[in-house]
Amino acid sequence: MQSQQVIEVENLTKMFGAFKAVDAITFNVKRGEIFGFLGANGAGKTTAMKMLIGISNPTSGKAKVAGFDVFTKAESIKKNIGYMSQKFALYDDLTVKENITFFGGIYGLTRAQIREKTTQMIADLALQEVAGQLVGSLPLGWKQKISFSVALLHSPKVVFLDEPTGGVDPITRRQFWEMIYKTANNGTTVFVTTHYMDEAEYCDRVSIMVDGKIEALDTPKKLKEQFGVKTMNDVFLKLARG
Amino acid sequence: MKRIGYIVQKEFKQIFRNKAMLPIIFVMPLIQLIILSNAATFEVKNIKFSYIDHDHSSNSRALIEKFNVSSYFNIISGFQSQALASSAMLDGEVDVILEIPRHFERDLLGDKYAQLGITINAIDGAAAGVESVYINQIVQSFNKEIRVALMQKTAVSIMPITIETIPLFWYNKTLNYKTFMVPGILVVLVTMITLFLSGMNIVREKEIGTLEQINVTPIRKGQFIVGKLFPFWVIGMALLSVGLVISKLIFDVPIVGSLGLMYFYTSIYILVILGIGLFISNYTETQQQAMFIAWFFMVIFILMSGLFTPIESMPQWAQVLTEFNPIKYFVEVMRMVMLKGSSLEDIYPQLAKTMAYALAMNGLAVWSYKKTN
Amino acid sequence: MNRFRGFIKKEFYHIFRDRRSLFILFGMPIAQILLFGFAITNEINNVDIGVLDHAKDATTEEIINKISTSKYFSIKEFIEREADIEAAFQKGEIKAVLNFEKDFSRNLVKDHRATIQIITDATDPNTANTISNYTSSILRNYQQELNTDINMPFQVIPQFRMVYNPELKSVFMFVPGVMTIILMLVSAMMTSISITREKELGTMEVLLVSPLKPVLVIVGKVVPYIFLSVINAIVIVVLSIFVFKMPIQGSLLLLGVVSVLFIITSLSLGILISTVSATQQTAMMISLMGLMLPTILLSGFIFPISSMPMALQVISNIIPAKWFIVLLKGIMLKGVGMGCLWKETLILLGMALFFILVSIRKYKTRLE
Repeated sequence: MQSQQVIEVENLTKMFGAFKAVDAITFNVKRGEIFGFLGANGAGKTTAMKMLIGISNPTSGKAKVAGFDVFTKAESIKKNIGYMSQKFALYDDLTVKENITFFGGIYGLTRAQIREKTTQMIADLALQEVAGQLVGSLPLGWKQKISFSVALLHSPKVVFLDEPTGGVDPITRRQFWEMIYKTANNGTTVFVTTHYMDEAEYCDRVSIMVDGKIEALDTPKKLKEQFGVKTMNDVFLKLARG
Repeated sequence: MKRIGYIVQKEFKQIFRNKAMLPIIFVMPLIQLIILSNAATFEVKNIKFSYIDHDHSSNSRALIEKFNVSSYFNIISGFQSQALASSAMLDGEVDVILEIPRHFERDLLGDKYAQLGITINAIDGAAAGVESVYINQIVQSFNKEIRVALMQKTAVSIMPITIETIPLFWYNKTLNYKTFMVPGILVVLVTMITLFLSGMNIVREKEIGTLEQINVTPIRKGQFIVGKLFPFWVIGMALLSVGLVISKLIFDVPIVGSLGLMYFYTSIYILVILGIGLFISNYTETQQQAMFIAWFFMVIFILMSGLFTPIESMPQWAQVLTEFNPIKYFVEVMRMVMLKGSSLEDIYPQLAKTMAYALAMNGLAVWSYKKTN
Repeated sequence: MNRFRGFIKKEFYHIFRDRRSLFILFGMPIAQILLFGFAITNEINNVDIGVLDHAKDATTEEIINKISTSKYFSIKEFIEREADIEAAFQKGEIKAVLNFEKDFSRNLVKDHRATIQIITDATDPNTANTISNYTSSILRNYQQELNTDINMPFQVIPQFRMVYNPELKSVFMFVPGVMTIILMLVSAMMTSISITREKELGTMEVLLVSPLKPVLVIVGKVVPYIFLSVINAIVIVVLSIFVFKMPIQGSLLLLGVVSVLFIITSLSLGILISTVSATQQTAMMISLMGLMLPTILLSGFIFPISSMPMALQVISNIIPAKWFIVLLKGIMLKGVGMGCLWKETLILLGMALFFILVSIRKYKTRLE
């Protein structure tokens, strides 16, 4: 079925004045896939992602997310995706539970569903101790994990993660990736940007953006073969340095 | 509807959790209402009065005594010379100098005519005008007394024509400024709180980054905005209520008109202010910008509202501008309904304009709020 | 020192890159001084009044004519019955009604005495009182015209001399006030917000761990705003002179010196606010809610301080704006120098020092 493709992008372009931030990118992402979206700072990753999650209007091209057109059905897309932004975006001055309740409510979950999800999440993340604490008082690693779980509250088809592990210790990063795998196994597509090349190795497929264009797209294994190097880090360095 | 509920709940939690803001929102305005309402008076009294008596006669002393007993004037001192008096005025120690010339008594009794020199610090032109009226009144009553005392001797009483004026001060017989100022200052405080909070609110989420998170959710912008603004609407109404209680209990301001009408009007008025706040929030990137703009309009709204200085006295173009000032309408309505008992029909023009304003501002605000850019 | 200069440069870049804020910072004071200079006046002009003439004879007509030709009043409506006055007041159409008694002329001829009621809507006591005074004085003049043939003996005639503002222009009263309000609020608000902003964004910590002394960090943040405020002050003074014809009787140099002093006082108040607030939101609410009305009301800008209750007169002493307004009026209108103004100047200086010292203490304790 065609619906196996959860994200379909064709020649998607975003101009800021005369500057092409995203230059005719084309790719597809399958259901349940972990798709790594790599690129140097300023390569256009975040801009591309913002178009896919419906908060930035594309200049031209085509794109469908969860079967909905980003030009005409941005609001329908939003019901079917989760998003975790680079800036930590839970409310610092609400408790963990209150954040869950709030975002659950916004996504239209019923009270019973919210209660159920909250209990489940607290158990999964071992949050019993801190559930009543203000989010602002928690260490970054915890916040990121909670943030990710909140993005999954409404069981979206795709979840977009914008540099989710920035500034987090290696143990937490590991746990975080375990969460990502689990999510993908449950059939949710994961679209993730990252700077850590070791993380790129964990992805099913990886795309690398340079100056607004996608310069490479394949499984990490094939990419390494293609460039004749041993690590994704070297693949990235070769591409980014031109 | 349910989604709006979640937002309202969240906003209230955030407001009540911010311990630094609570006193600013709920206590500071009320303290200001209590203290500042006493300050706003155009009444001219305690005038810093001084005299130079070159005559040292019983009549000159009698005249000075008349100023002394008047409640308007405080005699600061008597000076020996014009130079000393002038320098005291330059220092700001005195505002009125009465100079009684030599031979004052002799002229008055002999020529039946005498002059007085009066110097007034006229920087506050309006106060200077009032001071000259008071001085005239005192001098005239002095004239009358002299005439009564001396006329029997010289006699021929011709009855002059007198047009008697009887001033009647309706609604406020004692010319109490507080009844006038308390409703007005209350209006300003309610407006400031609601404008600043709403103007800052959304742009704050923009700056922190949580707004982006909201924008990727399926919530409709109308729901989001209503949910965001409703708490401030409640705060505005609550402030009004406490303010009214204070007006009644502390200042004993009469509440002649219908409370229901005041609440009805206020409920619409606050929508105007919230709309303006939201509009500002949409067009700014940082809280700093939002605040400067809110401040700019607030100062203009306050000073051009007729709260402190009368609108009729403004030049025509400025009067036209005040038509766009929501505070003007609120001040008018509060004063009319509270102090005069005006009815719905009386305030109809203000109400209609406020409603139109509320529709326009909120329409603009919702329209300019973009989930996608 | 070089490092410090670099730091100040960075602050200037910050300010000048943000075009929108810059426009606001310079444009708003100009707009405000122009608007308020022209529009704010506590003179009473063109007050709409009504007339209830029970007599409708030649004399009342003459009096009505006299009143309607004065610049203070414009007669908006003729009322037929006492009962209609209330309705007219409630609609807010008119502020006063002149009520002529029946047989006005006849009484005047027969008894040499006739009465007019001046019924005012005293919800606004100032306007009511002024209307009442003005009408009385118009009537007194008219009365004197009628009495010209009678020579009144024993008269003391006061000769008034209005000094510093002979034409009683209210601009002279309000321009110094507006200037004060603008400088005070803009300076205090700008510094308090820009410092708390760095705190909130976390960049303050970066600056504080730099080899610059914390005091210098704050000074560096404030210097550009002194510069901005001085430009604002100059623009306002220029507008006052050329647009509002304000005289500068005293020394322009002295005016400059006290203005800079006041700006520094306001900025240091801004610093103090930033030390007690953790978020921009709090800083703004304190500097806007906390300063706006007290500065407008307790500074003598609109309402004379000497008429306030004793307690408020005492409180008004802690408002920096009050002292600056005295200084401005002294220099611009009275033309006095330091000889008369040393006290106010010292008070402002003391306030600035106080704000700075308290801020330094607060910052220190926070850092330790």
